[in-house]
Amino acid sequence: MKFLKFYTMLKVLKAGFFNTIQDKGRFGYAAMGVPVSGAMDSYSSDIANSILNNSLEDAVIEITFGNCKFQLLCDTFICVSGGGFSVKINQRLIGLNKKISVSKNDILSFGNLNFGARCYLAVSGGIKSEVKLNSRSFYKGVTKNTVLQNGMDIPILQRSKGEFMSNSSIKINEAHFSSKEIKCYKGPEFDLLHSDQQKDLIERLYSISKNANRMGYQLNETIPNNIPSILTSAVMPGTVQLTPSGNLIILMKDCQVTGGYLRVLQLPEAAINCIAQKSTNSQFHFVLEDL
Amino acid sequence: MGHKTTYKPYGDSAILIDWHAEISISISNDILEFYKKIKDLKDTNIVEVIIGYSSLTIVFKKRITDYFKEVKSLKEVYNLKDISFKRTPFIWQIPVCYDVDFGKDLQEMSNITKLEISEIITLHSEKLYRVYFIGFLPGFCYLGGLNERLFLERKPNPRLHVAKGSVAIGGKQTGIYPAESAGGWNIIGKTPVDFFNVCLEHPCFVKAGDFIKFITVGKEEFFQIEKEVKDTSYEISKVLYNA
Repeated sequence: MKFLKFYTMLKVLKAGFFNTIQDKGRFGYAAMGVPVSGAMDSYSSDIANSILNNSLEDAVIEITFGNCKFQLLCDTFICVSGGGFSVKINQRLIGLNKKISVSKNDILSFGNLNFGARCYLAVSGGIKSEVKLNSRSFYKGVTKNTVLQNGMDIPILQRSKGEFMSNSSIKINEAHFSSKEIKCYKGPEFDLLHSDQQKDLIERLYSISKNANRMGYQLNETIPNNIPSILTSAVMPGTVQLTPSGNLIILMKDCQVTGGYLRVLQLPEAAINCIAQKSTNSQFHFVLEDL
Repeated sequence: MGHKTTYKPYGDSAILIDWHAEISISISNDILEFYKKIKDLKDTNIVEVIIGYSSLTIVFKKRITDYFKEVKSLKEVYNLKDISFKRTPFIWQIPVCYDVDFGKDLQEMSNITKLEISEIITLHSEKLYRVYFIGFLPGFCYLGGLNERLFLERKPNPRLHVAKGSVAIGGKQTGIYPAESAGGWNIIGKTPVDFFNVCLEHPCFVKAGDFIKFITVGKEEFFQIEKEVKDTSYEISKVLYNA
């Protein structure tokens, strides 16, 4: 596998509302208060990278609200995985989870959302934007850009046609998008909850509120709560917090490193990935598992 | 060493270690010493160690397969006897301009607390504040030591934009906004110093365990320092802390 070692560009013609560059995130900087970041649904970003024979550490573009457009300034291969956005090359619809050959000047566009909540655009060799604190993941105050901007040039590698002959395809677990079961473990303060609060947490159906972003997903439902907050301690992506006013917040990849709200549940990575594909008002319930 | 600690799993790939739930320098020192010992292992299976007021969270790269084995080895690390893990902290002298143009809530705070603005400034700038840890935002220091006469509830309606460098009081805490953000704390001044600058070799100069002393400066000096911070010629004064 040989490729030319100079960067060419993927040009952002239409940036969309909140699209970012993400890799696996930044680890080891919590002592400075720097969040982990990284792809919200690493299951899908891993698939996109795998299909292109990229490293799983390679950066991809995370597309959250669709309606964006890119122009290829070179020949290469791409793969789109995750939620469905009616992706087109020029006027032709392309499929998800496939290695697609693209040519110089092709226009890649993402339309409206059909299913899921976000998708990943991987490019052969990975997105080569600036590395800050060991990661390319966008984060305010760390990377120069916080979201993609119109006219921005994103460095990528050129690949000549026919370089990758194998046509790998991956079977996608459909439940990743449709499952209403979110696996979780007890959080550090779960046992402080009253038994009716615990019962509520496990038995009720929950839904995602409009207040949902890369930092966290607030849920529409509340649980009455009079238990005092804790001394500020670590939180992580997947931590479910219960606030004094009874709100539940599932912390996501850009969450702060510490917090004072009760940490009632902890989602494993696979459950974070699943939640990351749910949109406003999607319903689900927590399924508590033993460690 | 010598404090009572409890270990519990925190999800499938982290371990939470809790000390007695109080804000105390002795507990914080114990946590920081343990933090340093774990960091010095350079164990690639540990991807993150997160400090809290009375807790330490160890995040592993992969799902923990043998929880009890990991706890046992962490306890061994905790009990390592090595004086070299103690670090002499610095006292960072942070210039703050308490002018009402920056301290947008000084007047209101004076009305509520019945303290003169000059008294608020004296009470705030005379203390030495310990940095317990950094969290919330990159470079945000959780400080301990605020004079209780300055305790003041957060504003009922948070501001959408609090300027970077704002020095503020929220409940029993005081802190510095390291970047522009929304926030409900009462703003009493502003520092021209950067608490987080990703372009520097050490993006955050202060470390957990250090101390902060606010030095009052006038507006003119504030703008002079701000200029020097911008062209990176400003050096923050620091002295070693002798307990």
